[in-house]
Amino acid sequence: MEVMTLTVNHPRPKLTVAADSPFPYSGGSLLSVADLTLAEVTSILDRTSALESEDPLARAHRLAKRKIALLFYESSTRTRTSFELAAKALGADTTLVSSLSSSIEKGESLKDTGLTLRALGAEAIILRHPNSGAPWLLERVTLLPVLNAGDGMHEHPSQALLDLRTMLAHLRPGETRVNEQSLDGVTVTIVGDIRHSRVARSNMLLLPRLGARVVLCGPSALLPEVAAQAGPGIEIERDFARALNASNVVMMLRIQAERLAGLQLDLKEYIRDYQLTAERLAAGVPDAWVMHPGPIVRGLELTDAVADGPRSLILEQVSNGVAIRMALLERALGCGTSERHGATT
Amino acid sequence: MSSERSQFHNAGTMLIRGGHLIDTAAGIDEKRDVILREGRVAEITAPGKAKLHPEEAADGSRILDARGLIVAPGLIDIHVHLREPGQTHKETIASGTAAAAAGGFTAVAAMPNTVPTNDTPEITRWMQAPERAASVRVFPIGAATRALKGEILNDYAALRAAGVVAVTDDGHPILKDNIMREVLKNATRHGLTVIQHAEDTRLTAGASMNEGPTAFRLGLRGMPPEAEYGLVERDIRLVTELARETKGTQAHLHVAHTSTAQAVAAVRQARRNGLRVTCEVAPHHFLLTEQHVACYDTHAKMNPPLRSEADRDAMIQGILDGVVDAIATDHAPHAAHEKEVEFERAPNGITGLETALGLCLQWLHGEWKLPLSRVLSLLSAQPAALLNLKGRGTLAVGSFADVVVFDPKAEWNYRIADTRSRSRNTPFDGWAMRGRVHYTISEGRLVYSL
Repeated sequence: MEVMTLTVNHPRPKLTVAADSPFPYSGGSLLSVADLTLAEVTSILDRTSALESEDPLARAHRLAKRKIALLFYESSTRTRTSFELAAKALGADTTLVSSLSSSIEKGESLKDTGLTLRALGAEAIILRHPNSGAPWLLERVTLLPVLNAGDGMHEHPSQALLDLRTMLAHLRPGETRVNEQSLDGVTVTIVGDIRHSRVARSNMLLLPRLGARVVLCGPSALLPEVAAQAGPGIEIERDFARALNASNVVMMLRIQAERLAGLQLDLKEYIRDYQLTAERLAAGVPDAWVMHPGPIVRGLELTDAVADGPRSLILEQVSNGVAIRMALLERALGCGTSERHGATT
Repeated sequence: MSSERSQFHNAGTMLIRGGHLIDTAAGIDEKRDVILREGRVAEITAPGKAKLHPEEAADGSRILDARGLIVAPGLIDIHVHLREPGQTHKETIASGTAAAAAGGFTAVAAMPNTVPTNDTPEITRWMQAPERAASVRVFPIGAATRALKGEILNDYAALRAAGVVAVTDDGHPILKDNIMREVLKNATRHGLTVIQHAEDTRLTAGASMNEGPTAFRLGLRGMPPEAEYGLVERDIRLVTELARETKGTQAHLHVAHTSTAQAVAAVRQARRNGLRVTCEVAPHHFLLTEQHVACYDTHAKMNPPLRSEADRDAMIQGILDGVVDAIATDHAPHAAHEKEVEFERAPNGITGLETALGLCLQWLHGEWKLPLSRVLSLLSAQPAALLNLKGRGTLAVGSFADVVVFDPKAEWNYRIADTRSRSRNTPFDGWAMRGRVHYTISEGRLVYSL
């Protein structure tokens, strides 16, 4: 059948702003890793290093008295704290609005909450939300830079960037620029609850663009076959031992009980088949690095010995979170040297 | 009633002159003049031959110049949500039918998922009352079961007598085999079509788009295609069993808004087996795919969801090769504040009455070369036959004076700002359309003119 030549005249809508708008759209949002070119990733990594090593007093002038809102509809320890510390390190004022202690409880919509924060002077909003795609809505209605701090089961782009920085530090020490070959020959295995994981999605969409091979591993209830079609360079290997064998990095994920939605999972079986133990690691790839976006559940997806072991990068990831997020906030508020993406006026 | 009469009197006679008449049901595709009197088609003549009576000419009866335009039976949309009673912030019967008239439609079949549900002859009559100020004819579709709960059947005899043309539980598909069997039996006994929104809701809980790689990448739970075609196959099995049992009048099963290749295939097979199974396709299902969800645009959220490219292609193929019986819009207005929310929380549906003809002519006719007469048949004669709407879908003498007059070549861009609907939830704002409606005449009354 070759009648089908429908050209879709519906590309990603560009945000348009009236010339006299008091809120010109800056283009500093980060909603998905797919929005970033590799040149932008390089630029973010460069700024991360520069800001990290800068004198704290000088650094605190970069966003002095700028206003940044953290809008959190879900609980968070690492992401929220690191965004907040990053903003404060650059001198910005932050305010936290969380769903449990605000008018969100009274039924205020995301749109109205966003407009309210903008009217209060927020210049950028960091959003965590249980619905996939919520940051798109918030950006569209507020025209403010929005940083996606995790949306539903969709993406967590700042996590993928901090994971990348962590990986590069150990696999490609000293390298500061990334390109399509930066991770050639590197296999990153992501294990566990991939179905519900925004960290997995951001990583599996970003890492293959740098040449890495991404192997997904988990039971079919947590890892549907379609995951392999999410993008290029993604494979599925259900057998944990086989998946481990070829890995340079093993990224363990938490089982997201809050998103299981009626899914029945036998935890004993899961532990038997997919728990990362020191023995498994030693037998397979003793020199692989172990990562985890947190929060970890010790004794479930990994054991104490692995979490606290010599190959664990888990706390280093957390530290990198603050640094990466400084660069993202600087980029969002248009003060860095980062390249802008697709802003139109 | 008196106001309706006077309107009729005012537009008592109308001469449509110089147009090209396409009436597939009557087998006409040539230049003809048309005279309408008292809400009916009075005369069809060779061009220039139509003559008004002297007293009609004297009292200034309307003469419409249709030179260069197509004159056709008014379009019929067998799947719209007019939201009244109960949700008038989205649409009213008046606003919805005004949009219909602007789109060239002269009759619409209104789904029963109103508030309250259209379960009774009283609501059915209320919807058709002159006080609703409908621009075009409204044919209510009754709820198959009480409050759309899929348990207790409504009184089909009473509903039918009040004007219901079909029964359905609409967005609450009837899952229980025994209930669906009873619905089919009873509806058949009363000469009613059973319309099924085919969705096995046990497979779609919490889902907001088509299941597949795109849904996975977007982190949205997906509705598997089998939730649709599985129920279509179940329904066809029930119709088959009934046909074996009764050997008499066949049940008529109509599958609403088919969106999957397998559902169309199942309908095709059922027809080969001699069953009375029909189906419709909505413009968005032959134009758009799940890719349109990419930026979480809630105007790409509907149920059934936008599917894969292969499914979209199968809808086009089904239309071209004739297995699809009608184009129906599933016009589903929602207020801006209802749609401007997180994708998963947004209600399903888009408006469609004003864009159907323009999209069908642009794509089905312009791009995929479906003859104009076939396009018009899918939008009028076939849906009329499907719901047994006597005297509609044709302009044979004596039929209802339901006419659309349009310029088939006009190219324009749809602008939602101009809509007559109360709602603006369309993905087609700014889209190129072909074919511009100049006049819509409903039962002899001019209800829209450009």
